[in-house]
Amino acid sequence: MWWVGFVSLIIREEKKLDKATGVGKVESSFLKEVEKKSGENLSLCYQCLKCTAGCPTASYMDVRPNSIIRMIQMGMREEVMGSSAIWLCVYCQTCGTRCPNEIHIGILMDTLREMAVEEGVPAKEKNIHLFHEAFIHSVGRGGRAHEVTMLMEYMLKSRDLMADSLFPGMILFLKGKFPLLPSFVKGKEEIKKIFEKCTRER
Amino acid sequence: MKFSYFPGCTDHSSSLEYGLSTHEVFKTLGVELVEIEDWNCCGAAATHSLNRLLSLSLPARNISKAQSAQAGPLVVPCAGCFSYLKRVEHVLKNDEAGRKEIEEIVGFSYQPTLEILALMDVVLNRIGLEKVQEKVKKPLNGLKVACYYGCALVRHPKITQLDDPENPQYLDRLMKSLGAEPVEWSYKVDCCGADLAMTYPKVVKKMVGKIVSMAKEAGAQCVTTSCGLCQMNLEMRQDIGLPIFYFTELMGVAFDVEKKENWWKKHLISPKGLLKSLELA
Repeated sequence: MWWVGFVSLIIREEKKLDKATGVGKVESSFLKEVEKKSGENLSLCYQCLKCTAGCPTASYMDVRPNSIIRMIQMGMREEVMGSSAIWLCVYCQTCGTRCPNEIHIGILMDTLREMAVEEGVPAKEKNIHLFHEAFIHSVGRGGRAHEVTMLMEYMLKSRDLMADSLFPGMILFLKGKFPLLPSFVKGKEEIKKIFEKCTRER
Repeated sequence: MKFSYFPGCTDHSSSLEYGLSTHEVFKTLGVELVEIEDWNCCGAAATHSLNRLLSLSLPARNISKAQSAQAGPLVVPCAGCFSYLKRVEHVLKNDEAGRKEIEEIVGFSYQPTLEILALMDVVLNRIGLEKVQEKVKKPLNGLKVACYYGCALVRHPKITQLDDPENPQYLDRLMKSLGAEPVEWSYKVDCCGADLAMTYPKVVKKMVGKIVSMAKEAGAQCVTTSCGLCQMNLEMRQDIGLPIFYFTELMGVAFDVEKKENWWKKHLISPKGLLKSLELA
């Protein structure tokens, strides 16, 4: 009957650990909310780490993709929304393609990003947020993305001089690859309506 | 043979030579490409990053334009545009509530008979390698090329349903049929960094550096790709001078198309030296 003592020792130690780390009751509403909004069954994750292993930007993230899932399961809302991970994800979909439980972490990251913006959580990677916005504004104006005006808006708002890209960018511009004037869609009203409906319905 | 054509924003800008070479090569093959009227931006990475509904509605408008055009299956050269169009197609076909929502926002009725195809898929499976080989005047003998697929064409396989997501072969088979020697290498589907290049160029430099140096280590003299952003990143963010081609440009070299000089002018790393050394200029 020595094992009874052994098991009760383990239970006692776990309770001590729970008290020490502050993990008592896990807040499950965050998990349910994210699972519903993303459509991804995060509870299936068994931390095989295939997602993190294949993620091209994981080594630059503050929290790795597999940890993001674990943190959502643990109800750590602030840490997840305020992470750089959700902004550094480039949606390469390597994770979603390889996950043995068919969890698409890229879609999860998209959902978390949208939730963070909706809740007014300032983006940990401010410039990435600003760049996406500048792109969307450019499309909203004429229905097509225009590099020159988009980059101007991004540079003005971010104060990022894009030093690493300026020189080769200038060469490509001189080669005629970045038209100075934007081209517009004829159905600008249609684009405007789409934008209105998509921003209103959220 | 006729296809409707979605050029995407970069076709007239940052991937100008992709558009030019595609049209020249298809003309040689006798296949007509009808640009769909009043197409709009597919939404690209920025929209799906911030607004899921917008990222589905913008490409859906292009689907509605292609449906009205009735000019055959929709061909998409840019891998990114292709991936976003396929993404909304997946929703329209499999999610009844989603479809109704998108139809209401865009103002159209979806017809599941419209096919959405990647350019590389059309060349291989609709036109066929036999027809391609018939037009080859200057086989690309001795050209060792690393075929780079990137992310958007092969992932997520449920959505793109195009080639193997870990070791795709479409471009490799095309290159072989043109007489070139595609190399075996393990960075075929590694991400180039996409639009992270604008905000984190140093990170993308590392990512691109790995891809390009591994191509060189595998024995490649050049890399070929099917995406405007991939081509730009691979060219702009490397420092070993490896030429990066669009696969249609290599087809144009093999077909000995007249206007190919205009394409090389648009590259940051000129491939003329490489082509001259193989008597392919």
